[in-house]
Amino acid sequence: MILYGILWQEFIIFKRKFWSTTIGAMVSPILYLIAFGWGLGSNLKMEGTSYMQFVIPGIIALNTMITSFNNTANSINISRLYYKTFEEYMVAPINMRTYAIGKIVSGAFYGIYSAMLIVLIVMIFGGGLHITPYFILIAILNCFLFSAGGFIAGLKINSHADMAKFSNFIITPMSFLCGTFFSIEKMPVGIKYFINILPLTHTSQGLRAIGESLEMMALHFAVLAVYFVVLLIMGIRLCKNIE
Amino acid sequence: MLKLVDLTKKYGDLTAVNKLNLTIESGEFFGLLGPNGAGKTTTVRMISTITPKTSGDIIIDEVSMDRNLTAIKIKIGVVPQQNNLESEMTAWENLEVHGLIYKMPKEKRREKIEEILHYTDLYDRKDDLVSKFSGGMKRKLMIARALMHEPEILLLDEPSVGLDASWRRKMWDLLKKLKASGLTVLLTTHYIEEAEVLCDRVGLINGGELVELDSPRNLIKKVGEFTVENFVNGITTEEFFNSREEAVAYASGLEGSVNIRPSNLEDVFLKLTNRRVEPK
Repeated sequence: MILYGILWQEFIIFKRKFWSTTIGAMVSPILYLIAFGWGLGSNLKMEGTSYMQFVIPGIIALNTMITSFNNTANSINISRLYYKTFEEYMVAPINMRTYAIGKIVSGAFYGIYSAMLIVLIVMIFGGGLHITPYFILIAILNCFLFSAGGFIAGLKINSHADMAKFSNFIITPMSFLCGTFFSIEKMPVGIKYFINILPLTHTSQGLRAIGESLEMMALHFAVLAVYFVVLLIMGIRLCKNIE
Repeated sequence: MLKLVDLTKKYGDLTAVNKLNLTIESGEFFGLLGPNGAGKTTTVRMISTITPKTSGDIIIDEVSMDRNLTAIKIKIGVVPQQNNLESEMTAWENLEVHGLIYKMPKEKRREKIEEILHYTDLYDRKDDLVSKFSGGMKRKLMIARALMHEPEILLLDEPSVGLDASWRRKMWDLLKKLKASGLTVLLTTHYIEEAEVLCDRVGLINGGELVELDSPRNLIKKVGEFTVENFVNGITTEEFFNSREEAVAYASGLEGSVNIRPSNLEDVFLKLTNRRVEPK
């Protein structure tokens, strides 16, 4: 019932902000599709496929990461520092684990919703996208992972300005390095190893996994799952001791 | 029963609350009175587990309070000083969420929301967004929310602060109703009149320490029931007397402007700490 309460609250707020959320979630992917897909990539081929087909999974990986992370981080941050609604949960007879799960699920929902919008846009403009159960699984896992990351960021930062640190040093580098817009195969070996440790790399590769070996598909899933579990545990621990 | 034992909160070198010892009996309306920065809000935040204590203990019905002890937390209702309602939700929805996170069954939840909105005179605004509420209405809704799950102890942190005179009166009417209901209440305030009118006992707090503790009447008696204020050369001095006759006799020998009036808790606080509760 407690988890339902947290999710119901988020749903009401989502309903109230439906149009601003929906239009806001469509702006970036449309710009990426225009700039990198139809613009820059119209005559390019990447990994044996058209650049458009290559870049769409990358845009979905990137956008689900940013949407899930930002929604959870901002929601927690604002409720802690500005609206103080976080205190209502601290006072309530609930386990903070339940609160953490509720917030991470609702943040992940925003990411999933933005992925659905991108798929819709791609289908309307005929971009070509193969959606498999594995694709859906990886996209959802990516949303949960970065929502859990956003939860930690929201608890850690003590001012809105601090939020930029997470964006500048974690989110933005991953946006460009993790094979979202280009193949990492041609990267120098040392950098490639580093990029392969980052979770978004496995999301990008997992979303393009058609034709990949089962071992590689399992590896992408496992890396994302491990990241998610570790971030979830860290988030719950942090939440239990937050002041 | 709520018991604070050597309750202390330190922020680095600053001691916000220093070894506070206090017992609030069941059904008592207890006031913690002090100026801004005295440690009132920190005390309430420690009791409600928002702020971790540095040392000491908070005991509710023989059990030590802990953030993760849900069975005890359900016994308290908290009205913080700052509005923490969800402004994008209606009054009803805010109460509905509260009922859900306090695991109230659907029928009871709906019944209680209706009852509590009538009790706080907010029923007609139940479907309005909180963002459209005035400060006084938000404060009332926060009290309604804190009462939703029928707590045994209500913590009210400066419920009248920031309200205009008219809303403050309405708030006091509501608090009087709470007092009549027999609920155990810990009220923090820096409004003298609020503490005098509502509280069975008052703890005077200054610099994080409890200075004095008794009923408002007894506290005033300890200082003297009549105050003589003397204004000379822009400076006001105050003297306290146990009877009007003594006060009049003293005043007759004074130069400058003189005022004789019944003493209040402000005078008690001033005499004990040389500091005012309400800034002039």
